[in-house]
Amino acid sequence: MIEIKGAAKTFRTGARVTAALEPIDLAIADGEFVSFIGPSGCGKSTLLNMIAGIIAPSSGAIVHDGRTVAGANTATGYMTQQDSLLPWRTAAANIALPLALRRTPPAAIDARVAQMLALVGLANFGGHFPAELSGGMKKRVALAQILAYDPPTLLMDEPFGALDAQLKLIMQGELMRIWENAGKTIVFVTHDLAEAITLSDRVAVFSSRPGRIKAVETIDLPRPRDPLRIQFEPAYRAVHQRLWDLLAPEIEASRAEAFA
Amino acid sequence: MSAPPAGGPVAGAESAEALAVPATGGGANDLAIRAGQCGIGIALLLAWHFASGRLIDPFYISAPLAVASKLWTWAADGTLWLAFSYTFQAMILGFVVGSLAGFAVGFALGRSDVLARLFDPYITAIYCMPKIALAPLLILWFGIGIESKVAMAALIVFFLVFLNTFSGVRDVNPLYLQVTAIMGASPLQQLRHVVFPSAAAWVLTGLKVSVPYALIGAVVGELISSNRGIGFLIGQASGLFDTAGVFAGLAVLAVTGIVLNAGLKKLENRLLRWRGQR
Repeated sequence: MIEIKGAAKTFRTGARVTAALEPIDLAIADGEFVSFIGPSGCGKSTLLNMIAGIIAPSSGAIVHDGRTVAGANTATGYMTQQDSLLPWRTAAANIALPLALRRTPPAAIDARVAQMLALVGLANFGGHFPAELSGGMKKRVALAQILAYDPPTLLMDEPFGALDAQLKLIMQGELMRIWENAGKTIVFVTHDLAEAITLSDRVAVFSSRPGRIKAVETIDLPRPRDPLRIQFEPAYRAVHQRLWDLLAPEIEASRAEAFA
Repeated sequence: MSAPPAGGPVAGAESAEALAVPATGGGANDLAIRAGQCGIGIALLLAWHFASGRLIDPFYISAPLAVASKLWTWAADGTLWLAFSYTFQAMILGFVVGSLAGFAVGFALGRSDVLARLFDPYITAIYCMPKIALAPLLILWFGIGIESKVAMAALIVFFLVFLNTFSGVRDVNPLYLQVTAIMGASPLQQLRHVVFPSAAAWVLTGLKVSVPYALIGAVVGELISSNRGIGFLIGQASGLFDTAGVFAGLAVLAVTGIVLNAGLKKLENRLLRWRGQR
């Protein structure tokens, strides 16, 4: 359970104080898949980083499973758009890293790494360095890495943002398959509405800067969902329409601000 | 710190590889290049051989055969080995002392903003000073024995390794630190698993570039004042107008440089395998 209790972020430049994120209140239940969507600069990544404990809220608090987040939140797995795999470690050694940090016995690490590599379909690529892997493979390794130490919550900041459109759909399918079996809570930041709808139980639409949550919509499309076909279903299109009407004015506002 | 330029490992004055050419894959092509390289060498030696005495007075340029016979004489009477081992010893000691000190100071200043800012003007000042100009002072302090040559080599190596270590420690991708912190890494574990390996590429570049400079430091020390070593042999031969002796000394230094550089390149490729084929 993640409880966001009036968490806000302001930035100070000299004497001027800019509000990046107005106080946010939101509760995310265990096992829920929640997406944050909004125009760039709306503070959705800032809020995710607050849950991860990388950024401290200026006011308010984040409570994760009963504990107030202060400093890096080790009960989460964190995945970003940029490659965060350590380039000097092989895929297997990257997946082993969080386990080694927790002083897991070597035999248990080896077994877990093999299991994770198989889960993401890279059983034969454990010995490859990140530089030798494709973009999609690197994402799979990063996913295996954060699943390896079994944190209850996964925080994902546009993890598939750099992938091409087709590969993105494939990765979405794999993420859903893994999530449906693992029972994790996932908080997913994206600016791709189709991605948010396809994956989520609930979608939080952020307003343009200063960010606040404009609406939280429940996506009651049946599961399992097929990312390659779901967009042709009438129910999906109705949800898409409804959310797009919420999102579009914010995109326009943020564009107006950018050109002001 | 203002001294290290941004964008990549600091290569000192110039990189040890005179011409950085991307390695080509084809085996046959490599062989042809090797043959070409040998051909150029032979052509140069032949040109030197025929020019000497016909076009240019051998007093100035000696001749390849004279140089070879000089090397043979030195090798036969033990002079060569004695001088070489002396110079090599000074160079290795200087390299070890200089790189250990450079690494330690580079690491400390790289981790601490306060220290880096405090020492910045002084380090920049010493960095900008030609280290060779310190040789007379070092001889005054350490005498004309091996100590002053070690000090000379160590001083030059120190800055190259220091600057690269400093930049390497500063260059750590903050994302790696954030992600490992979330995975549960303690600051000490981050140092071991993120900062050191990340800085390793820079440190290795610093070490690689330093080796020829350590040789320079040792030889310069010997040229200025010494009674042993390759630098001393060159200086002595020059004093006696023995051009063949000068060239023989230079040839020994050139071969030493080539062998060391090839070995370091192999080592670097092995240690930095993760960077992928380059």
